[in-house]
Amino acid sequence: MAISVNTPVSREAHGVHPGQNKRTRRTRRGLATAFLLVFLVYFLLPLFWLIVSATKTNPDLFTSFGLWFSSDFNLFNNLGDLFTHDSGVFLTWLWNTAYYATCAAVGASLIATLAGYVFAKFRFPGRTLVFAIILGSIMVPSTALAIPTYLLLSKVGLINTPLAVVLPSLASPFGVFLMRIYAEQAIPDELLDAARVDGAGEMRIFWSVALRILVPGFVTVLLFSFVATWNNYFLPLLVLSDPTYYPLTLGLASWNAQASANGGAQLLFTLVLTGSLISILPLIVAFLFLQRYWQGGLTLGSIRS
Amino acid sequence: MQKQQQVEADRSTLAVSAMKQKSVLLRRYRWRKRVALPYLFLAPFLVLFMLFFILPLGYALGISLFADRLVGGTVFVGSQNYLQALQDSSFWEGIRRMLLFMVVQVPVMLCLALTFALLLDSGVAKLRTLFRLGFFLPYAIPSVVSALLWGYLYSSNFGPFAQIASSLHLPAPGFLTDSGMLASIGNIVTWQWTGYNMIILYAALQAIPSELYEAALVDGATGWKVARYIKIPLIAPALVLTCVFSIIGSLQLFNEPQIMSTLAPNVIGDHYTPNLYAYNLAFNDQQYNYSAAISFTLGAIVFVCSYIFMFATNRGRQR
Repeated sequence: MAISVNTPVSREAHGVHPGQNKRTRRTRRGLATAFLLVFLVYFLLPLFWLIVSATKTNPDLFTSFGLWFSSDFNLFNNLGDLFTHDSGVFLTWLWNTAYYATCAAVGASLIATLAGYVFAKFRFPGRTLVFAIILGSIMVPSTALAIPTYLLLSKVGLINTPLAVVLPSLASPFGVFLMRIYAEQAIPDELLDAARVDGAGEMRIFWSVALRILVPGFVTVLLFSFVATWNNYFLPLLVLSDPTYYPLTLGLASWNAQASANGGAQLLFTLVLTGSLISILPLIVAFLFLQRYWQGGLTLGSIRS
Repeated sequence: MQKQQQVEADRSTLAVSAMKQKSVLLRRYRWRKRVALPYLFLAPFLVLFMLFFILPLGYALGISLFADRLVGGTVFVGSQNYLQALQDSSFWEGIRRMLLFMVVQVPVMLCLALTFALLLDSGVAKLRTLFRLGFFLPYAIPSVVSALLWGYLYSSNFGPFAQIASSLHLPAPGFLTDSGMLASIGNIVTWQWTGYNMIILYAALQAIPSELYEAALVDGATGWKVARYIKIPLIAPALVLTCVFSIIGSLQLFNEPQIMSTLAPNVIGDHYTPNLYAYNLAFNDQQYNYSAAISFTLGAIVFVCSYIFMFATNRGRQR
């Protein structure tokens, strides 16, 4: 695993009693590490089971012990089956998911950055009220929104199109909240004034001065909207009915429903498991490589609230 | 003479009108700068926000006041759908179940998250980066996939727990039975979200300036005392934030029970959670109006719960 970009400052010294002798200190360290190790097993065991299961044939899934590899290493056959089953529909789902997530994430974070920048750096009538409404909307339950959104989209004929998934994902109130805090801290007013004195237009100032400073916040919002869209299930479940538009979550759930209905007689179980493994890999890689951003982003959100 | 006066008068009116024009221009310029420009920049977000937050909410509120009748089509019924919802035992069964879920799962998850965050922050344990990433990893997994994954692990056919039990000649644990299901779902949610909450709390802990508790440590306070009396009070806002988001999330539970219902259709009925009920009303029974009323009532309950919680913690902190 490619771990560690910026590990926060170590605080070895704290929590250690200066008057304590070495042995109790070591025992405490050992106990704390053991406690955390138990939970590490808990958090990683299902993933280990997933990896093991993706290497098994369908009969082995039922007969061999779940937490270890069986003698027959079938991963490559499973992958072959996965990408050819149902004339390669899995690849379509993978592509759809990447497409929806990329469009939604790039759009949502650009729009949120622009809005957050304005809330942070401009004084205009209605600023407090509008921002309060946006903040309040974070509390609105997603179901209260999803079903009327479905009905409205069907009125304008957007049901069962990619737009029905992408458009609602473009408005990210949490992204605006995050970018406002980030812009308030990162952009000095003097810098903007200097650019104005030099005669730069506001649009130009945003693109060539502010946006550059806002990159870390932008990447945070980008990552979180990407994950939210990649993992979204409820909205696509409502607005999509044609399997060729499905994202991975919906596709895998539909295979799972078929497999369960058939009592596992088909080879679908191995497909669902191998497909699940493939579907989570991109996000795990993204989180490992972009650690600095998501950890920084969550700090911002928690300090200010 | 007269002509000259005329010219002068003309000149002065010209000057005045020029000044007026200038001030109009200036005002217009200021208006542009102060009002038009910010709203122009906000326009993309505000348009989407209107279309996908305000409009659906208004629309749902609207249709929840109507009902489809066999005779006469759609008619205005006022608060009747809401009165029906208040007396609907299917709806309240779901609400009661989710309240029970919330009262148990949220404290368990947040206590774990807080313990992990404190241990990682205090530096008592080794391998801290590994723990931080390992605990957070489940968050990156779609809730559908984690529900599928745990569904298989719980399975009495090929789940490893059932296999271990049968090799010990014990009956398979009843994860997917009537009595075990809620705890099983609670475990999935805890597995998925503990690491996320841990990261938020950990980030808040890291932001505390260490001078604030170095003195206490030098005076001989134990790590536990520093945590209890200095660190936890300082990260109270982050704790409240994680609590509120967890309360909102647990009352709205949908994905996990929806996936589990394919594995145990007899245990998870169409109204196992209020959200599932609203979904099934709309998409299986085509009762959009009543479904909207259910969604709104649920939304109100979520709002009241988080509000009560924030009110209570605010008073507790002021005391």
